[in-house]
Amino acid sequence: MSSRWWKINLAVFLLLVGGSLSSAAEPIKIGTFLSVTGPASFLGDPELKTLQMVIGNLNAKGGLLGRKIELIHYDTGGNAKEAVDFVKRLIKSDNVDIIVGGTTSGDTLAVIPDIEKEGIPLISLAGAVDIVEPVKKWVFKVAHSDRMAVAKIYDDLRKRGLTKVALITGDGGFDKSGREQLRKLAPEYGMVIVADEAYGNKDTDMTAQLTKIRATDAQAIINFGFGQAPAMVTKNIKQLGIKLPVYQSHGVASKTFIDLAGDAAEGVRLPAAALVVAEQLPDADLQKPVLLAYKKHYEAQYGPVSTFGGHAYDGVIMAIEAIKRADSVNKATVRDEIEKTKGFIGTAGVFNMTPEDHMGLTLDAFKIVEIRNGGWKIVE
Amino acid sequence: MRLVGFYLFAAVAVLLPILFPDNYFVTVVGASAGLHVILAVGLNLLMGYAGQISLGHAAFFGMGAYTSAILTTRFAWPGLLAMAAGLLVAGVMAWLFARPILRLRGHYLAMATLGFGIIVHVIMVQAMHWTGGPDGLAGIPPLNLLGWTVEGDQQWYGVIIAAMLLTIWLSLNIVDSRMGRALRAVRGSEFAAQMMGIDTARAKTQVFVVSALFAAFAGSLFAHQQAFISPDSFNLMISVELVTMVVLGGMASTFGAACGAIALTLLHQGLVVFEDYEMLIHGGLLMVVMIFLPQGLFVGLSQGVRRVMNNSSIVLRYREIVSTKLSSSSR
Amino acid sequence: MPEQLFQFLVTGITVGSLYALVGLGFALIYNASDVVNFAQGEFVMLGAMTAIGLLAAGWPLVLAAMAATLLTVLVGLLLERFAIEPAWGASVVATIIITIGAAIFLRGVALLLWGKDFHAMPPFSGDAPIHLGSATLLPQSLWVLGGAVVLVTLVHLFLNRTLVGKALLACSFNRAAAQLVGINVKVMLRLAYGLSAGLGAVAGILIAPITFSSYEAGIMLGLKGFSAAIVGGIGNPMGAVAGGLILGVLEALGAGLISSGYKDAIAFLFVLMVLFFEPTGLFGHKVAERV
Repeated sequence: MSSRWWKINLAVFLLLVGGSLSSAAEPIKIGTFLSVTGPASFLGDPELKTLQMVIGNLNAKGGLLGRKIELIHYDTGGNAKEAVDFVKRLIKSDNVDIIVGGTTSGDTLAVIPDIEKEGIPLISLAGAVDIVEPVKKWVFKVAHSDRMAVAKIYDDLRKRGLTKVALITGDGGFDKSGREQLRKLAPEYGMVIVADEAYGNKDTDMTAQLTKIRATDAQAIINFGFGQAPAMVTKNIKQLGIKLPVYQSHGVASKTFIDLAGDAAEGVRLPAAALVVAEQLPDADLQKPVLLAYKKHYEAQYGPVSTFGGHAYDGVIMAIEAIKRADSVNKATVRDEIEKTKGFIGTAGVFNMTPEDHMGLTLDAFKIVEIRNGGWKIVE
Repeated sequence: MRLVGFYLFAAVAVLLPILFPDNYFVTVVGASAGLHVILAVGLNLLMGYAGQISLGHAAFFGMGAYTSAILTTRFAWPGLLAMAAGLLVAGVMAWLFARPILRLRGHYLAMATLGFGIIVHVIMVQAMHWTGGPDGLAGIPPLNLLGWTVEGDQQWYGVIIAAMLLTIWLSLNIVDSRMGRALRAVRGSEFAAQMMGIDTARAKTQVFVVSALFAAFAGSLFAHQQAFISPDSFNLMISVELVTMVVLGGMASTFGAACGAIALTLLHQGLVVFEDYEMLIHGGLLMVVMIFLPQGLFVGLSQGVRRVMNNSSIVLRYREIVSTKLSSSSR
Repeated sequence: MPEQLFQFLVTGITVGSLYALVGLGFALIYNASDVVNFAQGEFVMLGAMTAIGLLAAGWPLVLAAMAATLLTVLVGLLLERFAIEPAWGASVVATIIITIGAAIFLRGVALLLWGKDFHAMPPFSGDAPIHLGSATLLPQSLWVLGGAVVLVTLVHLFLNRTLVGKALLACSFNRAAAQLVGINVKVMLRLAYGLSAGLGAVAGILIAPITFSSYEAGIMLGLKGFSAAIVGGIGNPMGAVAGGLILGVLEALGAGLISSGYKDAIAFLFVLMVLFFEPTGLFGHKVAERV
């Protein structure tokens, strides 16, 4: 046995030991870029808290594949340019294994070219259908599409025999893309849009726009937006004494909206994920245990849950499950495993991903709820 | 002699990617900083030399970006031609706007430019059919420079740095030109400048147009580099940040503006890890710098260095040695 | 249509009185120091957020409002003492950047104290709408309007009828001359910052039941208040109020009659037109340049 042979053996042995040691020490890196400040902080803040909570809990239980998980987070402030820069930083400088994030559709759409070029799995938390239509190889999303919310609202209107609607929407991305869908789907559901008003998301009074709506023959008012503006609209509707049914979007499915709008919120209907009405679900509902568990954890630490925190929960758990099934952090394998997600029970609904559908939710993920006595009530 | 600083600056910009190839903080942050330098140097011509404030400079940045983006995506114009159109749009707008607006002084001028910026921003958000609305315009094709397609962060770094050096060089020349001297006279006292026979309105209009052109140039590059633009990149906050860059670096100094732009870009990248404390630290730093170096980082520090150089005995001793050596060698 | 028009006007005046209240603070500091304080909107936010916090802790409204105002006055004094005074002699632009820094800093503090959520404040006297013919307005709007009238009268009397007020004005006209006639300019500056912080806080508390509040609320209010002060002619408190009302009515009319999406653009276009024809605002002083 030549001494050379020994040397090679020793080197291979050292490499193996070294390699396995370093991989045991090296954490799995999950990157995220959220709009924690800025106009969409209403969405981004609970998302970040959820990610920190889930990953903290998992690490306390020993981590994933025997490795700790590290969450690397950057705040985009809702600015797409920042999102692009920070995603490059996550990929190039932090070498993350997977990215869960993108609070707003604008942020997500802006980073897709880099994600596709670098080949890293992205699970987006934003709503726009354009994110997954047409299907992009590396991009998935877990939030409901605004189109689904609109379909649900129109469906409910049709059941009540109302066809003439007045739209009032803000100047943010969420608002504008909701408005697009409202206009696009109207003919399909036999709806006639008799007014289409706009406001600035930081405005303090929308009575001028609502006065115009009052002068039309609208049978219902649909307001698509999030943050404080929809609460302002709701209060102004009451102030003007308009008695029409009011529909909001899933953007306000959080206790904050009821707190801000007060009495005026009574009777407002909106499409919401099952999360906000978890307690009212029948015990046989598949989602109920998942929802209650997330809600209990989150509320113990941070206060009332919102649908958006739920999206982050779905996204990160989906990522973790895929890494578990792949038994590695190889990006291509993990991507394939995300695409194979079947019957995954999340807060937004039951996900069934396919190569043709990178969202995997169906319309029944939404429930129409009405605000009654300062709480939510399922009305379908 | 006046170009020594320029060569130094250029050398550092070229060396960085060679020393740290494909490093995020060089190629991505560096490219961002480069664009900011173009914007700040242009704004400094207006603020530092002509003494006119603008709180709406992001509007011209946006005009360049949106013109390029719309013409290349919707009408398949070649990138360079679209860029020229962007410059034209911003230049003509600035020229039309300059005469009435530059009659205003101080805070009234600030208000008018701010209003202008807001109007342009509202159009970007509301004219969805053209601009894509708040979610922006995606799929802007890469820039094609006479057959060479700019792709990837490293190539973009190169292009933007080249553009940045060009604007710095232009700015240095403008400052030393007849126009530059006229501007400084305007800054001192507009009335006195008029008495000396300077057409102040013309001088101010020219510099306003030039600085709008710089901004539109940066905007076009930005649109192609990002391949995606949205109105958030051109709002009031960005305008305020540009003014901050110029003042933070040091007004009436091309390198001051450049340093301010680089400092703020790096600051933002550095502070993001502090999450909820970012704003607190950002605001605090801004105040501290302006309180202790009211003339800006670059101007304030370089004056400080000069003072130390002039006074310290070691430096004096060193100079003595150098000068004796020089004189002996020349003999 | 005429009924609608009436509602637009009522809306415009309610919104405009918010802007007017905020604009008043800008005018006061400008009077003493020739500086536009870009942290003025943050004073408004601090007043509102502190009052909301104290109310939630069970304080009665009057006490909470007073405590919030005093606290904001203190912040204004601290800002003057530790950020504006040390930069004595710096250029106006440098001072503006200091106030921008202060605004970001105060926003950061508010973020850490109160989080990112919006907070509501209960209206002072219920929210049953008041009917004025075909138009309606909220009782809180009357509080805001009344507050604006009272505050602008007080500021006007203070500046023109009291010795201290006249001294304050003198500082803005000619600082060196003011010093020569024995006015302590430093004290006057502190007074101006303290007072306008207080004005801002009162404004914030009055308008919070209508607008809600959050750590970022000061940005928009500051912007509109600044515009109001400029349109009216900066340094003229009456002008600031007029400017605010004009801006509010323009926005409401723009939204109601032309296009709600473009209403801000319409309002600012008008502001530009005003400045093109009246380069020192509607009620501003004409100043001659010294050579």
